[in-house]
Formats: sequence, C-alpha cells, structure tokens
Amino acid sequence: MCGIVGLFLKDAKLEPRLGEFTTTMLSTMCERGPDSAGFAVYGAPQKGKAKITLQSPNADADFAGLTAAISKAIGADVSLDRKSTHAVLSVPADKLQAAREALRTGHPQLRIMSAGESIEIFKEVGWPTEVASQFELAKMQGSHAIGHTRMATESAVTTMGAHPFSTGPDQCLVHNGSLSNHPNVRRVLAHDGMTFETENDTEVAAAYISWRIKQGMNLGQALEKSLDDLDGFFTFVVGTKNGFAVVRDPIACKPAVMAETDQYVAFGSEYRALVGLPGIDGARVWEPEPATVYFWER
Amino acid sequence: MRTIDLGSTSLRELNELLHKQTSGTNETQWEILNPRGGHAVAVGVDSPLNIDIKGSVGYYVAGMNKQANITVHGSAGPGAAENMMSGKVVVKGDVSQYAGATGRGGMLVVEGNASSRCGISMKGIDIVVKGNIGHMSAFMAQTGNLVVFGDAGDALGDSIYEARLFVRGQVKSLGADCIEKEMRDEHLELIDNILKRSGLNGVKPKDFRRYGSARKLYNFNIDNADAY
Repeated sequence: MCGIVGLFLKDAKLEPRLGEFTTTMLSTMCERGPDSAGFAVYGAPQKGKAKITLQSPNADADFAGLTAAISKAIGADVSLDRKSTHAVLSVPADKLQAAREALRTGHPQLRIMSAGESIEIFKEVGWPTEVASQFELAKMQGSHAIGHTRMATESAVTTMGAHPFSTGPDQCLVHNGSLSNHPNVRRVLAHDGMTFETENDTEVAAAYISWRIKQGMNLGQALEKSLDDLDGFFTFVVGTKNGFAVVRDPIACKPAVMAETDQYVAFGSEYRALVGLPGIDGARVWEPEPATVYFWER
Repeated sequence: MRTIDLGSTSLRELNELLHKQTSGTNETQWEILNPRGGHAVAVGVDSPLNIDIKGSVGYYVAGMNKQANITVHGSAGPGAAENMMSGKVVVKGDVSQYAGATGRGGMLVVEGNASSRCGISMKGIDIVVKGNIGHMSAFMAQTGNLVVFGDAGDALGDSIYEARLFVRGQVKSLGADCIEKEMRDEHLELIDNILKRSGLNGVKPKDFRRYGSARKLYNFNIDNADAY
C-alpha cells in the first residue's frame, strides 16, 4: 500500500510551520504504511554551506568525535547537529565532496541519507507518528517537505529500505507501488556509473531521475522520460532544491489527490492527508491524471 | 433529524446506528458532519433513509447501499457506491477510481468528474456523470446504463457485455469489442428517463452517442485457436 504526503509552500509566511503541517499529514497515513516512515525537509540554504544527513544504528559511539575527525580530514571547520539516530553534518560547500570521501574512507559504518545545500532526510523503521516525533519533525522549518509511510513489498523492512531515497544532491523521491523492470534499469544505470545502497526498486527510480538530471534534463523532462523507461505501478513524488513534482504510471492504480491554493501545493495518497491544511475548503482539489507530469518550481 | 459528528462519534458507531434502522423507522433524516476524508462512511445501509454527508469522504462511501438516498456534499475517494443494490447516491464533487463498481441497481450521480474505471463490471446500476470519466471505464460492464455529459478516457467499455454507454463529449478510445451504435427512439426515451431521475438537466438526449458491445468476444472463435 504505502502512503505519501508532500507540501510545497509558495507563501514564505508558512515556512515556520512546514514541519507541523507535514507531521499532521503523515499521521493520517499510518495505516497505509505501518512498517517504516521517512521524510525529506528542504530548509533555507546557508550561504557557503552544504550539509550531509548521516544515520547510524550505534549513534552514540559513531557520532562521538566525528566533528573533529572530519574537520581534520578536510582541513575546515564542520558542525554536527544530532537528532536521535541521525545527525546533520554542516560543511563548507566547496568541501562537500571531500567530506563525503572522508566519511566513506574513515567512517564507512555511517549511512548517508542525503547531501546538498538544503535537503535533510530522516527515516527509520517504526510507526510513522513515532518516527516523526523521534526526529521532532513538527519543529522543522523550510520551503517544502515530502513524507512517506511504507508497507514493504519488494525488499526488506530496514532503515535503508525506507523512503525517501536520495541519489543526487538535494534530490529525493518517494514511491507508492512496485517496479517490475528495476533489475534491468539498475544494470544500465550501474554501467553508467550510478551507485546503489540497497536492493530496493524505488532506489532505482530515484537513481534513474538523478541520472537523467545529470545528463542535463530538468526534473520535468526526467519524469517524462521515466514514463517510457520504468515499468510497473507507481505514484512518485519528487523533490529538488527548488522543485516539487508528481507523476503516476499510465494505469494509475495507486491513489493520489492534490490541492493547490495561493499559499501551497499539497499531495496526499488520500484526501485525509490534506484536511488539516489551512484554507483546504477553498483549495482546488483534483486527482492527478495518469502518465502526466506535474511540476512546480520556485 | 439525527446529526452525527464523526469528530466525536466513531465510524463503527455511526454505521451500526444506520444499520439498526428498519423500513418503518421515523428517523429518516440523517446528517453526518466532519467526515474529513474518512473511509467506509454510510456503508451497508438497508432502509429508506435520507443521509447528507457534509464534507469529503475517502474510500467506499455508501458501498452496498440498499434503499437509502445518500448525498456527499464534497468529493469521494475510490470505490464510491461500490456494489450498490438500490437507492440513490449523489456526489456533489468528484469521485476517484472505480465509482459504482459492480453495482447491481439504484443510481449513482456524480456532479463533478469521475476518475478511472468508473462503472467497472457494473451489473444493473445507472451511473450519471456530469463531468468527464477516466480510462478503462465500464470495463466488462454487464448491464445498466452509464450516462456521461463530458468526455470519456482511453479504452471505454473494454470487453463490455450488455451495459449501455451514452457519452455526450469525446471518447478518447474504445476498448476491445466496444463499438458505437445507432441511437434509436427507445434510447432517447431511456436517457430522458434517467436524466429525470438523476435530477440533472441542461442537456438533451439527442446530444449523446451510444456505445455498446460488438458481441464478438462472447463465444470462443475457433479461428483464434492459434493465439492460445
């Protein structure tokens, strides 16, 4: 089954409440995805800074001394903001690659959830409202957020199997459905240098979009191409630093409803996810068409 | 009139209350508040009640309805009025996938648009949609009537049996074994009758075109044996 929620704010006045709205939306989708939950929050980028969200099952041991070790390895000041099993490592933007390399070689046990100027991804196994409070989602601020509650079908119930998946800077993707040609697509992408952390079908879709963006396409064009190349059931919601997109496969079995006002664009697997949003009674509410890309940018 | 607030009453309590009503009941007017996209609201009603649902609902509203008149003052999620037996269900907004699926009787009126698979496997229900319907609508539709004021999506009436489909707008494509058919006087009368019962107006029966089964898939054709 799985549940998806997404909120893309147009009105900056709502940005302090992004996490609060996303928490409410996610809490309505618990039954659709009781296995695990996750969310990507796009906060205001800090000039000259990039951030890497890390996860560890042994957070106390792994995060202790990490700041000093990475500072030394890359020769620049870094800071670490720990949230439960996750921590956001803030580094100078021009040292992002060096920091990733230092993490990979010196701290291979740490998992990288996301990297970029604005994105932070938090995800864990567990009941969605508990995952949301574990990371204090309600207090988070930003311009857009995408959340997911997972009922696993194609791969194991693990932290890394939870959504969102991020396979490029400031990019993320969540998925309701299952892909049938993901092993083939994975081989093509791997041959072209894309790397994978899991055996999950959704990660292949995320990597596919990143691959197309790397080739020079914008998010809208990458999603148009995905309709030709990905086979299976899907409703995807995708985020980039400035963008928010939705696409459904041509059969469109996986449910989706959207709402738009002057203040926001919102996505829910069901209308229940949208009822708590301000001004929903006056919003334009519609079901996204099959095989049609919806794309907003700010 | 009984007013039930789903903000303070559980869905089970509501549906139990509705199920307890019998045909002689004096409590025929019901109002349901704060559905907030909830599932299975007013499912399985079997008495002549008038039920007004004030807001949008989720999956399976008014499923298996018998006798009741149920109005949704909002939009409905997947499976609205699924397997309806009799009575009338009106949705003032849009409906999602497979509205009226497998319905055996009664009438479903959608004042907005219907999404994919509207009237899939319908078996006697009348469905009237004021807006458009999505792809694969009336798939394997057996009997009953589907009247659409707007357009129909891809593969209308795929593998259809004897249901009658009337579409006023464009049909994007017809499914296997579904063809356009001649409109005769009996069909104009039928549409007129359905429109009157639907409470919708502003269109004329002669504006519609009729689609139905070519009846080529009914029996196995020995010439096709090689395909299996």
